[in-house]
Amino acid sequence: MAAISFSGVKKRYQKNDVIHGVDVEIEAGEFVVILGPSGCGKSTLLRMIAGLEEISEGTIAIDGKVVNELEPRERGCAMVFQNYALYPHMSVRQNIGYALKVAGMPKAEREAKVLKVAKSVSLEPYLDRKPGELSGGQRQRVAMARAMVREPKVFLFDEPFSNLDAKLRVAMRAEVRNLHRSLGVTSVFVTHDQTEAMTLADRLIVMNSGFVEQVGKPSEVYHHPASLFVADFIGSPAMNLVRGFFGEDGYFRHGKGGMVNLPGLAKAHLSREVSIGIRPELVRRVDAGHKDAIAAVVDYTEELGASRLVYARADGSPIIAVDSGTDALGTGMPVHFALSESDIHVFDHSNGRRVDHNGRPVRATDTVSA
Amino acid sequence: MIERSPVFNIFTYAAMTLGLLVVLVPFWIVIVAGSQSLQEVSRVPIVLWPSSHLWENIQAAWARADLGPKMINSLIVASGVTFGKIVLASISAFAIVFFDFRARMVCFWMIFITLMLPLEVRIVPTYAIAANALLPFQVVLDTLGITGLVQTLSSVRIGLEWNLLNSYTGLILPLVATATGTFLYRQFFMTIPDELIEASKMDGASPVRFFFDVLLPLSRTNMLALATIMFVSSWNQYLWPLLITTDRTNYGTVVMQLKALIPTQNGTPDWNVTMAGALIIMLPPLLIVALMQRWFVRGLITRDK
Ligand SMILES: Nc1ncnc2c1ncn2[C@@H]1O[C@H](COP(=O)(O)OP(=O)(O)OP(=O)(O)O)[C@@H](O)[C@H]1O
Ligand SMILES: [Mg+2]
Repeated sequence: MAAISFSGVKKRYQKNDVIHGVDVEIEAGEFVVILGPSGCGKSTLLRMIAGLEEISEGTIAIDGKVVNELEPRERGCAMVFQNYALYPHMSVRQNIGYALKVAGMPKAEREAKVLKVAKSVSLEPYLDRKPGELSGGQRQRVAMARAMVREPKVFLFDEPFSNLDAKLRVAMRAEVRNLHRSLGVTSVFVTHDQTEAMTLADRLIVMNSGFVEQVGKPSEVYHHPASLFVADFIGSPAMNLVRGFFGEDGYFRHGKGGMVNLPGLAKAHLSREVSIGIRPELVRRVDAGHKDAIAAVVDYTEELGASRLVYARADGSPIIAVDSGTDALGTGMPVHFALSESDIHVFDHSNGRRVDHNGRPVRATDTVSA
Repeated sequence: MIERSPVFNIFTYAAMTLGLLVVLVPFWIVIVAGSQSLQEVSRVPIVLWPSSHLWENIQAAWARADLGPKMINSLIVASGVTFGKIVLASISAFAIVFFDFRARMVCFWMIFITLMLPLEVRIVPTYAIAANALLPFQVVLDTLGITGLVQTLSSVRIGLEWNLLNSYTGLILPLVATATGTFLYRQFFMTIPDELIEASKMDGASPVRFFFDVLLPLSRTNMLALATIMFVSSWNQYLWPLLITTDRTNYGTVVMQLKALIPTQNGTPDWNVTMAGALIIMLPPLLIVALMQRWFVRGLITRDK
């Protein structure tokens, strides 16, 4: 049984729709990350689980029980907020124990629990301080302890680390990961930081302007994006995407008279306008004489240390490649690339979805398919 | 504005000194006159140096205006009004800021508009209500014809009456509503981040719990600042207590007694006693301000995080 299941969930503010129908199942014990650009409705979706936002249409069930009409406190969720949201006038101890106090737990029992949780996030020395006397990282740990102390069925995180500096963020990420491993509580984590999403998630939900674009394991989402948006959004540098169409002769035509020989792909995609996509690290640099080599001109290069990024242009279409060569490559110099058909993704331009190599469109919730 | 030129400095210091003098000179005159004997105070030209009769003048004023019991009355009234104002202001601001009901802006503006209707303007209707606080209900019953109906059925005439004249309730209740206080509280409540409210919801706290556990402690400095202003202003009330109390002996306040201390036209011109009395009467608000000034400034200017 899914720990959280969305069916047909929509959110409407007055007249404008912000969530357009979400159908996703989150398994018990899973760590799910909702990833998407700013304003796409990540927080709204999370807050609908928490009960802080009404569900306009559809249902959300937690542990099989529809929670649409339940108060936040009856849903068994705990939430960690972006700006910590600690009670400024209460000590760390009181902050952590407040939920238990409200629930009417006897003092001795409460103190013991608070102490135990504080220990697990190494907050013991700070129990009697006020939030104002703590660093950002410590405050966020208090917020996490406050969520943990209630032993909830579900943890919800809304960009909890976006106020922390890069180094601390990495440390907190590891801490969250460890906590999840030891507690095994179903968690939903919202972020717009890809690295954070990739490293934390068991599964990713990629959202764009109120639609779920893809649900899948991070590697699936990276290697088999289900839509143009996901292909473009995930990965840095972004996937090469070139718009054009396939001809009967097996050539893909793009830009200003550009032709790429892809006979294996052409058949399935003949009658539509498409974009083909390939990860920069899968674009191989080859010699000019190589069979089906694509000739391009270098715009500029970016040195990464172990390798470099080559930004080039082939018949007017930009192409980025990861290159491990050490020869000099200056602006205007010719380079040649080769692509393997199996590395290439084809996207239908009419709806932005990926089309598999048999010509069938891929849905957001489909699992791995080449 | 950061301006640092000698001319500007001289100008600001001069302005501040002048302001200080304007505030302090009356105090000085009260203290000086209050410490002089009858002869000294009647001298022409007046002497602006204190003398040694302060204590006996104070005793005289205390006895003449019966300040002991009146002091207690004033304390009861001022504390009651202050307390009532804070309770009412915080609760109404709580409703206006945190609950999304349809008429909330209407309610806010109706409260806000009463800023334009100080007690002096609405004193006659207020007096009518104080004379019978249940009058509005009587009117409703009368116009709905319920009074007449009940009378014909049971020959009992409904007459609702609750007289507030000559009572602490009457002195306090009509002064309790405060647009200023509600407004101050509203401004403060609006600075409370939404996440804090949501966190308390997730922690399972009801709105009432949130009010007592989070809002009240956080608004402590604001509350003390407000209490200071409210205490001083209700201590200084003159018109309302004068109007509503005919029983001066039991319900008079000290500020009303100032009148009793002023020499009558043909009586002895003992202004020294009057001034000593004034000194006693203004002492409690002065003490309150002195005690509270730290909170007062903090509550009105910034908030501690
Ligand atoms: N109270 C509201 N009334 C109307 N529209 C709202 C309201 N709250 C949010 N929205 C809209 O809903 C959309 C989704 O907002 P949401 O806060 O979920 O975005 P988000 O993905 O969390 O973005 P971010 O990464 O910036 O936090 C936005 O376009 C926003 O303008
Ligand atoms: Mg958000």
